[in-house]
Amino acid sequence: MYDLSVITDAIHSFLSGFMPAWLTVTVECVLIGVGLLLAYSLLALFYIYYERKFCAAIQCRLGPNRVGPWGLLQSFADMFKILIKELISLNHVDKFLFALAPYLVILASMLAFAVLPWGNGLQIIDFNIGIFFLLAVSSIGVLGILLAGWSSNNKFTLIGAMRSGAQMVSYELSIGLSVITMVCFAGTMNVGEIVAEQQDCWFIFKGHVPAIIAFVIYMIAGTAETNRGPFDLPEAESELTAGYHTEYSGIHFGFFYLAEYLNLFIVAGVASLLFFGGWMPLHIPGWTAFNHIMDFIPSVVWFIGKAIALSGIIIWFKWTFPRLRIDQVLAMEWKYLLPIGLFNLVLMTCVIVFGWHF
Amino acid sequence: MATLNEIIAKICPAATVAEVDGAPMISVDDAHWHELAKALRHDANLEMDYLVTIAGFDHVESMGCVYYMMSTRHNTNLGVTVLATGDRERPVLHSVSDIWAVAGLYEREVYDFFGIIFLNNPDMRRLFLSIDWKGYPLRKDYDASPNINPVPRDNERQSDFTTKWTKDAEGNLVSEQVEVFAPDDFVVNIGPQHPATHGVLRFRTAVDGETIKKIDVYMGYIHRGIEKLNEQQTYAQSLPFLDRMDYFSALNYHHGVCMVYERAAGIEVPRRAQVIRVMMDELSRIASHCLFMGTFCMDLGATSMLFYTLRVREQILDILERTCGARMSFNYDCIGGVMQDLDANFQNDVKALLKVLPANIKEYKKVFVGNVIARNRMEGVGVLSREDAISYGVTGPSGRASGWACDVRKWRPYSIYSDLDFDEVVLTEGDSMARFKVRLAEIEQSARILEQLVDNIPEGDIQAKVPKVLKLPAGQWFQIVEGCRGVFGIHLESDGGTKPARLKYATPSMPAAGVVDHLTRGEKIADLITIGGSLDYIVPDMDR
Amino acid sequence: MEVTAQGMPYEAFKDNEYIESLVKELQENGTNVVVGSLDKLINWGRSNSLWPLTFATSCCGIEFVSLGAARYDMARFGWEVARSSPRQADFIMVAGTIVHRMAPVLRRLYDQMAEPKYVIATGACAISGGPFRDSYHVVKGVDQIIPVDVFLPGCPPRPEAMIYSIMQLSRKVKVERFFGGVNRQQKQQEFLREHPVEGVNDSAEFNTSAPEAPVTDKQ
Repeated sequence: MYDLSVITDAIHSFLSGFMPAWLTVTVECVLIGVGLLLAYSLLALFYIYYERKFCAAIQCRLGPNRVGPWGLLQSFADMFKILIKELISLNHVDKFLFALAPYLVILASMLAFAVLPWGNGLQIIDFNIGIFFLLAVSSIGVLGILLAGWSSNNKFTLIGAMRSGAQMVSYELSIGLSVITMVCFAGTMNVGEIVAEQQDCWFIFKGHVPAIIAFVIYMIAGTAETNRGPFDLPEAESELTAGYHTEYSGIHFGFFYLAEYLNLFIVAGVASLLFFGGWMPLHIPGWTAFNHIMDFIPSVVWFIGKAIALSGIIIWFKWTFPRLRIDQVLAMEWKYLLPIGLFNLVLMTCVIVFGWHF
Repeated sequence: MATLNEIIAKICPAATVAEVDGAPMISVDDAHWHELAKALRHDANLEMDYLVTIAGFDHVESMGCVYYMMSTRHNTNLGVTVLATGDRERPVLHSVSDIWAVAGLYEREVYDFFGIIFLNNPDMRRLFLSIDWKGYPLRKDYDASPNINPVPRDNERQSDFTTKWTKDAEGNLVSEQVEVFAPDDFVVNIGPQHPATHGVLRFRTAVDGETIKKIDVYMGYIHRGIEKLNEQQTYAQSLPFLDRMDYFSALNYHHGVCMVYERAAGIEVPRRAQVIRVMMDELSRIASHCLFMGTFCMDLGATSMLFYTLRVREQILDILERTCGARMSFNYDCIGGVMQDLDANFQNDVKALLKVLPANIKEYKKVFVGNVIARNRMEGVGVLSREDAISYGVTGPSGRASGWACDVRKWRPYSIYSDLDFDEVVLTEGDSMARFKVRLAEIEQSARILEQLVDNIPEGDIQAKVPKVLKLPAGQWFQIVEGCRGVFGIHLESDGGTKPARLKYATPSMPAAGVVDHLTRGEKIADLITIGGSLDYIVPDMDR
Repeated sequence: MEVTAQGMPYEAFKDNEYIESLVKELQENGTNVVVGSLDKLINWGRSNSLWPLTFATSCCGIEFVSLGAARYDMARFGWEVARSSPRQADFIMVAGTIVHRMAPVLRRLYDQMAEPKYVIATGACAISGGPFRDSYHVVKGVDQIIPVDVFLPGCPPRPEAMIYSIMQLSRKVKVERFFGGVNRQQKQQEFLREHPVEGVNDSAEFNTSAPEAPVTDKQ
């Protein structure tokens, strides 16, 4: 398996060859920042295109196909447009919070990028509480949404923000529980080690029943966390025009728009990390030749491929299911997902203690 | 009608009963009207529980209203003419909004058009026009000059108060102001530009958190004055406007209005034209219900369903287009028959449609009806009881979902419907799911009708001989037909000329919008979308 | 009766005197190479990413729904991102009759949209009042209220016609200038100056139910 840390190490040694240590770190930080931003925007643009094509396929349509070959440049055109669209300044809004909110949302998803295992050796920071960090930063996003709804001075946005607050805070519990279940199983919170643990077999196969239950809970709660259908109540088009971002125009709206897709990627990415081995290729114990062939596919492709496939499921949800009502959303979390999640944690503990896993 | 005469003799001996268009037409003075209405509504032998419409009129020397009502139990109908008291400045009638729930809305419409004040109606505001509108447009002496009512550039003035008119002990008119919302209500404005209102309807919604406390419906954002325009044009010229009222039931509405004209003029429509008309009606009913399902599911968030239902609709539009020459606004039925003969491929096209329909319906059921989220969102939401449905005048599939067998095609068969074999779909749950299911089942019934007719289109003329400019004898006619959304009533008053003296359309969408407040009390905001969507009102249809 | 549909020849599609004159007018003064190519990039983005506002009052709106459906699929051109909030939309398709009561609302919607914004008057009613021209309550053309970029005749226009109209709008956007030069926006500003709206910039909020004293009809 090709280890990408060779490249990063080479860059590091090249830079430290003629630079003092502090400058090396600074330059590397800048490089990573630029790379992250680039990956961030490219991924978001790809995701927009992906969703539009995907839902078009579900709906017997063609989807974008005029701008660029197969419509590939469609989301670039959208980006150029949205970048220079007017930012309307409103009277009677809390100007500071109004401007701050989209950045908070984008910040949350960007921080979460830092611990995703992009490939073998390609991870921005790999420390012992990686998963913990991920859970912590991803909950900043709800703050941005609440601020957006509150500061807009509009009744629709306010209702949207309140819905979003109630929903995201509730579903974070379920996400947390299913993550803890898997952390128990892995025995570590270090992202790199979790991936390494799945060397032989992905957790979803290794942990069988409790892992599958945790996966289902995670996918449902993750969909809710990204505010996508059937949990898109905070921005329910037919109810609240555009929900919490009704009053945002131009690139500020663009940030919300991008962050939605990035959160989708992060949720799918974490799912692939916890259940499908992160960047780890598909290995089946005993099939040496097969495993060896799988290793030839680059790890980055594995990770992004898994994330895209998993987010396809979430996109599929969105276009097929009707939206839940707010009381049903909360009832589902508190009455069903949370008890099941707790029970599943106990079950997983038993599985680990008695060694019932593969 | 012995009971009718007894009641009249008891309450108001001065009233007269005449036979107008095959049904009794009572003329009564305003002083006895309220008492008579109560008797008509509650007498066991009459039980006129469904108020079809209130048509105001202005005969220059007098103003008043014609009330059309029907009994759901005895399947009888009658009309009541009441002349307004007071001068032209301030004509007055007694309100019957306490007897029929829908009357309050109809009275507001009459007030808006004719300026007739209804005593004891708790909500005497203008309905379609803004509070600053000068004059009453359907009066014969209305000045339509744009200088009097210019296009407004400023935001509309808005009042939080309704007016209630009463008479004090001395007989003087007294008005009092009633507040619509409580002072500390959190009022959210939904519409007129809002994706869920299906056009430009406006709900001012008082909410308590997510729970709806009260809804104040504002109409008139697409009020185009069709009834006034019709009075200025010949009978044939009045037809194209019907295409633009309820654009999904265009053919059904045409059918009804043509039938009134034909009955008034004594024209016999050839059998071939009758069959074609019925087939077109049923095709547009399928298309309409398809679009309903699509947009309703989209409102609930299941966007893909729209694309699946529109697929069938496009196929129907193709069939209609080949014969009528347009995708919408067909203007196909004309007085005495239909405009053009059928397209050569019509029968094959219809057969092809009938072939794909069952599979599609199965798919819709699978994607949506069986879906657990959809069922949670729709079952038990917005339950309308049968009594309320009748009292609020909610007809069509929505009424039938509440257990009211109100299909005019069965109830009062017209055209060739009595020869056809089809079932009336009636469910008793009365919730949003039932309203959805009724429409789904009605597609199947319409397909049955098409199946019976597609191979049995008789040869012959498609049009009867009709004079170029039709002249109707003086008189009054009333006709109801089944549109895609419910009972469509036409009140025609002719003074013997080439233009109608008064043409009033009683559309099914208006009562449907009127019942929204009743249904949404205590439900969630999201349920407003479900309920509004399942009632399937068309805003240009209610505003006219 | 055999009816065959023919595609529109490219020359005919390009045949639009108005746009040609617009191009001429805009290019009269010439432009800087750098600024010009930046303009081109921006206009490429703008013209290929036209997001409509979900706005429909009557029949034309249903044809707009058909336009979004699988058969006509406006997603091919990237127009399917219909935004419900006017702040995020690029153009408004005035689909249907505008009546007196709706006129201030439409103007408000237009004012709420972010620049650059465009208007397509769809159907006979929006262009001139159409069949309802003689009515007491119908606005005789939305160009009395908001500046219109493209007029699209029909009652209602077919979805194909709608596609054509948005493509014409797209062409119009392409010849615009963002940096310097003569700009369409200037004409728009002129229009707005000529059609002032009282109370637009004031603080009165649309949602709040404000009147202090009870308002009654003057009988």
